[in-house]
Amino acid sequence: MLTVSGCASDQPGTGPAPQLGSDSSRAPALTGALTVFAAASLTESFSDLRATLKASAPGLALTYSFGASGPLVSQVIQGAPADVIATADEVTMKRLTDASLVEAPVIFARNQLEILVAPGNPRGVKALADLARSDLKVVLADDTVPAGRYAAEALAAAGTTVSPVSREVDVKSAAAKVILGEADATIVYVTDVTAAGSRGEGIAIPPAFNVVAEYPLAIVKEAPNRAAAAALVESLVEGAGQDALRRRGFLPPPR
Amino acid sequence: MSPETVRTRTRPEAAISDRPPAVAIAAAVVGGLFFALPLAGLVWRAPWSSVAAELASQPARDALRLSMVTSLAATAVALVLGVPLAWVQARVAYPGKRVVRALTTLPMVLPPVVGGVALLLALGRRGIVGSQLDRIGVNLPFTTAGAILAQTFVAMPFLVLTLEAAFRSADHRLEEAARTLGATRLCVFRRVTLPLVAPSLLAGTVLCWARALGEFGATITFAGNLEGRTQTLPLFVYVKLEGSNPESAIVLSLVLLAVSLAVLISLRDRWLTVR
Repeated sequence: MLTVSGCASDQPGTGPAPQLGSDSSRAPALTGALTVFAAASLTESFSDLRATLKASAPGLALTYSFGASGPLVSQVIQGAPADVIATADEVTMKRLTDASLVEAPVIFARNQLEILVAPGNPRGVKALADLARSDLKVVLADDTVPAGRYAAEALAAAGTTVSPVSREVDVKSAAAKVILGEADATIVYVTDVTAAGSRGEGIAIPPAFNVVAEYPLAIVKEAPNRAAAAALVESLVEGAGQDALRRRGFLPPPR
Repeated sequence: MSPETVRTRTRPEAAISDRPPAVAIAAAVVGGLFFALPLAGLVWRAPWSSVAAELASQPARDALRLSMVTSLAATAVALVLGVPLAWVQARVAYPGKRVVRALTTLPMVLPPVVGGVALLLALGRRGIVGSQLDRIGVNLPFTTAGAILAQTFVAMPFLVLTLEAAFRSADHRLEEAARTLGATRLCVFRRVTLPLVAPSLLAGTVLCWARALGEFGATITFAGNLEGRTQTLPLFVYVKLEGSNPESAIVLSLVLLAVSLAVLISLRDRWLTVR
């Protein structure tokens, strides 16, 4: 039984309208307390999902912990009580699979990079190569953060060397520096540019240099609430969760 | 209370017991363990085999050097600004004094990251004062000077509060006596007041330095995180924790721990007690 939910997206660039499964058949499992650890770039879409679930899954007490993927993984390794964990790249998730702490991860979303600058682009940034300009203050996420690694890949593909004034500890901090006006430009996810709204402007990165970030999602083996965890994973892969992700600019997972 | 203690109290010849109360000892032991256990954990879990390699790396040495330079500089600034401020707060009556005291205490209660944001809003490129500074080419965010400033902001209150209390309780009569004997005010301050408050000055300075050394939130928010320029040891440890080898963060934490312990242990008890 497939029904298209009321908020199905017809946004350009997302391909044919997704056939979304009816979450009401899974709602019975979405109850109880559920703790989700998620990479910082998932903040807005996951928060949207929580708002949606308040109506369709009233028995669910959903708690989020957003942060850089690395520390979240470290916390799970140290025994933090997460049911589900979503990271921004497979390198970070691999630490959990190597330690046999999670079920097999599934890619549930993809993202791409974009340059973020101040509204109106006062410094005239047009391409990745401009980030090497000495008159620009550029911040990047640190290499130990997925967004930082992706940005380094994109810059390497473009043959540009950038000397950032700071290496931020997560992608949201990098975006914040530009939004606050302290830095002139940064490389963040497309979804972060969308989230900045009128406080920032995005400069596209051509596909030849751009990187496709794949986000893995996994159920923690010792999850206190495995039934709800499985239900949430399904929702995120092809349910209301996936819908929330698309609305915020994420790309669908590979089929 | 154990029956033993009750009996001791009712026997007049043993009314003053030499033994510290058992309850106090028990609580003190728990308190001591509270501090000792996490540190023991650090030592136990440290990957000792890779310590040498970790410490020899350029980023680690840069971080340690930056931490030393910035924390000492921050303490120096705190002394230059804080000693006069503490003296004025203790000795001079003026309207709004309580507000000023509240303001100087604010960095102690403010979450450090909030302090960093506040510094950005004041001294950043678009800040109240910062925008003027930017015009004359002075940029504080993303510089070592910025890191020193952030550390001073969070650490100075410790010095000011300790010293203000000491100035207030210093015996004024000694100062007055010196004045009546013909000493100038500066001479009185140098030769009488400062020696009187020396233990508190030392304690306050050490507290201030320790706080500056450990500062993270305000530094990373205001000064950023760049190896060799603003990446102090706490920032480096945090970044390492995010990486694929978090255990290396333990090694660097031990360095910070060793440095702090060395300074604190070398402080003799008698230097810190008022004679």
